[in-house]
Amino acid sequence: MLTQIVTFLIFFAVIGCILYGRRLIKTEKIDAVFGNPERALGGTHWVIVGSSFLLLVWLYYSWDIAKGFYPKSANELCQVAKVNDSLLGLKYQFPIEERELKSTSQIKQENKNLKKITIEIQNSNELDSQQKTILVDFITKTNQLIPLLTNEDLLENETKQRIDDITGKINLLTENFQKSDYPFETELEFNERLKAVSEEGGWGITKVDAGSGTIENTIEVPLIPATNRGLKFHVAAQELNLISDEFFQLRNHNPEFKKRIKELKDDIKAYRNDLSDSEEVASTYAKNIVKIARRIEFASIYPPNALDKMQNAIVQFDNAQIKAQGGLRFIDIFLFPAGTIVASGPSCSEQGSGRWLPKPSDTFNKFILMSKPSVGYKDIPLLWINMVDVSKIIGFILPDWIADILPGEYPVHTKDGIVKQNFKGKVLKFVTGDFKLFKIPVPYGHIWDSFLRVFLGLIFGILIGVPLGLFMGLNRFAKGFFDPLIELYRPVPPLAWAPLIISVLGIDNTGKVFLLFMVSLSIMIISARAGASGTQLSKIHAAHSLGASKKQILRYVIFPNSLPEILTGIRVAVGMCWGTLVAAEFLAGTTGIGFVENVAKKYFQYEVIWITIFIMGMLGLLFDVTLRKIIDKTIPWRGKG
Amino acid sequence: MSDLISQNLNMIFKTPKGETVHALKDLNFTLKKGELLTVLGPSGCGKTTLLNITAGFIRPTSGTITLNKKEIDGPGVERGMVFQQGALFEWLTVAENVNFGLRMKKEDPIKTQKKVDEWLEIVGLQGFGNTPTYQLSGGMQQRVALARCLINDPDLILMDEPLGALDALTREKMQSLVLKIWKETGKTIILITHSVEEALLLGERLYVMAPRPGRIHKEYNLPFASMGLKQDLREIKKNKDFSSTREEILEMIWNMEEEIMGKDI
Ligand SMILES: Nc1ncnc2c1ncn2[C@@H]1O[C@H](COP(=O)(O)OP(=O)(O)OP(=O)(O)O)[C@@H](O)[C@H]1O
Ligand SMILES: [Mg+2]
Repeated sequence: MLTQIVTFLIFFAVIGCILYGRRLIKTEKIDAVFGNPERALGGTHWVIVGSSFLLLVWLYYSWDIAKGFYPKSANELCQVAKVNDSLLGLKYQFPIEERELKSTSQIKQENKNLKKITIEIQNSNELDSQQKTILVDFITKTNQLIPLLTNEDLLENETKQRIDDITGKINLLTENFQKSDYPFETELEFNERLKAVSEEGGWGITKVDAGSGTIENTIEVPLIPATNRGLKFHVAAQELNLISDEFFQLRNHNPEFKKRIKELKDDIKAYRNDLSDSEEVASTYAKNIVKIARRIEFASIYPPNALDKMQNAIVQFDNAQIKAQGGLRFIDIFLFPAGTIVASGPSCSEQGSGRWLPKPSDTFNKFILMSKPSVGYKDIPLLWINMVDVSKIIGFILPDWIADILPGEYPVHTKDGIVKQNFKGKVLKFVTGDFKLFKIPVPYGHIWDSFLRVFLGLIFGILIGVPLGLFMGLNRFAKGFFDPLIELYRPVPPLAWAPLIISVLGIDNTGKVFLLFMVSLSIMIISARAGASGTQLSKIHAAHSLGASKKQILRYVIFPNSLPEILTGIRVAVGMCWGTLVAAEFLAGTTGIGFVENVAKKYFQYEVIWITIFIMGMLGLLFDVTLRKIIDKTIPWRGKG
Repeated sequence: MSDLISQNLNMIFKTPKGETVHALKDLNFTLKKGELLTVLGPSGCGKTTLLNITAGFIRPTSGTITLNKKEIDGPGVERGMVFQQGALFEWLTVAENVNFGLRMKKEDPIKTQKKVDEWLEIVGLQGFGNTPTYQLSGGMQQRVALARCLINDPDLILMDEPLGALDALTREKMQSLVLKIWKETGKTIILITHSVEEALLLGERLYVMAPRPGRIHKEYNLPFASMGLKQDLREIKKNKDFSSTREEILEMIWNMEEEIMGKDI
C-alpha cells in the first residue's frame, strides 16, 4: 500500500518537477531582461537535476514497485530464470548467442594449441632430432583425429538416430509448452504445491527465530512456482535439464576414431615409458599432446550440419518461452532496471542493484523489526532502557580498594557463627553496590554502547587533553616534555593501534574507550595548545596589570580565549572518534553498531548493512549539529574579536 | 612624592638571529604626580618599549625606574594600561570587562556593581552593561578599556596609542574624555600617540623621542591641555602657538624618518 502511494508520489513529482522547471525557464526569460538575476538562475538546471534525482530514486525504488504491484513477479521470473539456466548449456553449443558453433571454436582452439606445441618442439634445444621427429608425428596423428569427427560420411546411424531423438523431444516440449493446460497437474499435486508455497513464504520475507529472537536470513526469492505461468516454466526447465543431460552424454565416436585414438594413446604411453629420467622434456611434451587428444575426444565435435535440426528446435523453444513470458518481460526490463532475478543450481537470487540496494520497504520493515527490543540484533536491542538500581551504578563507579585502604580489618565470624558488621565491612558493601536504593532507567543496546564509547573516550580526552594542551601552550618545559611523546603516537593512524590495544585491554569497552581516548587526546592537546599560544599578549598583559594572578589569567583569560579552538577540536575529535569506533568495532567486539554491520556483512544482510549505515550517519549528524549549536551558544564572539 | 623616576634606563633586545637592537638608551626623566605626559616619535623609536617597562611587562637591561620610590618589577595594579586595540575580553560583557580587576581581587560583587555603573556613566556607556563587547564600535570599546583600567584606581595610567584606531570625530570626543578624566581624577598619565596634534592637545608635557638608539630628543612644556579643560579643542587648534609648535615637531619627526629611510637604503 505504502509502496503504491510512494510510486504515485514519485510519478507526480517527476511531472511537477518538469512543469516547475518550465515555469522557471519562462520567468528566467523575463528576469534576464528586467532584473533580479538571482531568480533568473536555474530553470533548465531544475529540470535536469530534479528529474535525474527522481529517476535515481525511481531506480532505487523500482524493485519495491515490482514488489508492491506484482508481488508474484519475482517468483515467476525465478522460474523463467530456471529455464534460461537449463537452456544455457544447450544454446552454448550453437551460434544462437555465440558467434560460432561450439565444434568450430573447439577445433580452432585445439589446432592453435597443436601449432604452438609444434613450434616449441622444433625450436627446443633440449630435444634431439629423433625425439623431435617422433613428437611431431604424434602431433600429426592427433591432428588427423579431427576430420574423423567432422566427416558426415563417418557419422554413425545410431548417433544420427539419437540426435533426432533429442530434437524430437525438444520439439514435443515446445508443442506442449504452448498448450494452455501444460503441465497437466492433478488436483492433489496442485494442492500440495500451494501448501508448499505458503509454507515457503513470500518474496523478501524475514523470519524471526522465536527462541533466540534473532533475525534469520531473508528468503530472497521464493523458489516453488506459485502461479500457473510459473509452474509451466518450472516444469519445462526440469524437462530441459533431462534433455541437455542426454545430449551431453552423447559422443560422436565412430569405430575408426575409437581405433585411431586408442592407437595414439598407446603409442604415446609406450614412448613415455621408454624414456629415461633425463629425457623429462620429451615426456612432458608427449603428455601435453595426449591432453589435447583427450580434449578432442571429450569435446562434442560433430559434422558441420549434423545438428542443424536440433539448433532449430532450440531456437523455436526459446521463441516460444519468450512469447509465453508475455508481460513479465516488461516487468523485468522496467522494474528490475539494473539487474534481474537469476537462477543458479537450486536457488534463485536477486542480482544487481536489487541485491545490494535493498528495497526500501524491506529495509524499513527490517528496521522496525530490529528496533523492537525483543528482536534487536544478536539478542541485543538497538536501543532500549533497563531499570537498574542506583546501587549498581555506585558499585560500578567507585573502586573497591576504597574499602581496602581504610584502617581496621574486615569482620570475622564469631564462634557462634554470626558475622558482626563493622564500619569497614559496611564501606565495602557500599562500594561494591551491595545494597538497595531505588531504580532508575539506564539505556543499553548497540547504539547506546557505541555512543557511550565515543562519549567516554571523548570525555577522558578532553579532561586530560585540554589542561595539558593549555599547559603546553604556556610552559616551555611542558611543551618540550610532552611534545615528543605525543608526536610519537599521533602520526600513527589510530586503527593501527587497534589490534594492539584490543589484545592488551580486551575486546570490550576498555580497549575501545582507550583507543578513542588516544584519538581525542592528541586532537584536544593540539587544539588547546593552539588556543593557548594564540592568546594575544595584550590580553594577558591587560589582565596582569588589572591584578590577576597567574592562575587567574589561566582560568579567566587563556581558557576562555582558547575556547573556540577547543570546541572546534572537540568537533573534529567527535568525527574522528566516530569513524575510528566503527572500524574498531569491525575488528572485534560483541556489541555496537559497527559490530552489527560487520555481522550483517558476513551473512549478506544488505538491509541491515544499510540500516547501520543510516543509523551511523544520523548519529554522526546528531553529534555534529549538537556541537555546532553548543559552539554557537558558547562562543558567539568567534571571529568578531 | 609619588613620582615616576627613570634613571639611566637602557633596553637592548636580542633577536633570535643574534642581532641586538638598542631600543632605549640612557633614559632619564621624572614625572610628577598628576602630570599628563604625551610621547611622540617615529615608528620604532621605543615608545611601546618604554611603556612596557613602566608597566612591568618587560625588565630593562640596565637602569632603574621607580614609582613612589618603589622599583618597578612586574605588572601591578597601581599602574593601569590601556592598549590600542584588542585587549578587551570578548567573551565578557561590557560590565564584566570593567569589573574584571575587582573580580580578580575578589571584592564584594554588590559593591563592585555600583562602581561599574558609575564608571560606565563617566565614560558614557550607561545602559550598555550587558552588551557583549564584540558588538561595540571601536570608540565604545576604547571607552570600556578606559573604564576597566580606571576602576582599579591606579596611580599611573599608561596608554599606548589608545585612540589610534578611531575616526577623527570619535577621536576628538575621546580626547575630551581623557582630559576630563585627567582633571577629575588627577591621575598621572603617560599617553603615546602618533598624532602630533593629539600630543599637543593632551600633553601637559611632551617628549619627542628619536630612534636608534631610542632616546628623548626634545622636551616641551605645553599650555594647551589646561586650556583644553575650559575651551573647545577645535578652538585651540587655531591658536598660533599651537600651529607653530606643530610645524616644528612635524619637521623634526620628518627629518628623523628621512634619516632612518636613508640608513635603511
Ligand atoms: N621583543 C623584541 N625583540 C626584539 N626587538 C624588539 C622587541 N620589541 C621591540 N623591539 C625593537 O625595539 C625597537 C622599539 O620598538 P617599539 O615597539 O618600542 O617601537 P614603537 O616606538 O612603539 O613603534 P610604533 O610607533 O611603531 O609602535 C624596534 O626597533 C623594535 O624592532
Ligand atoms: Mg608601539
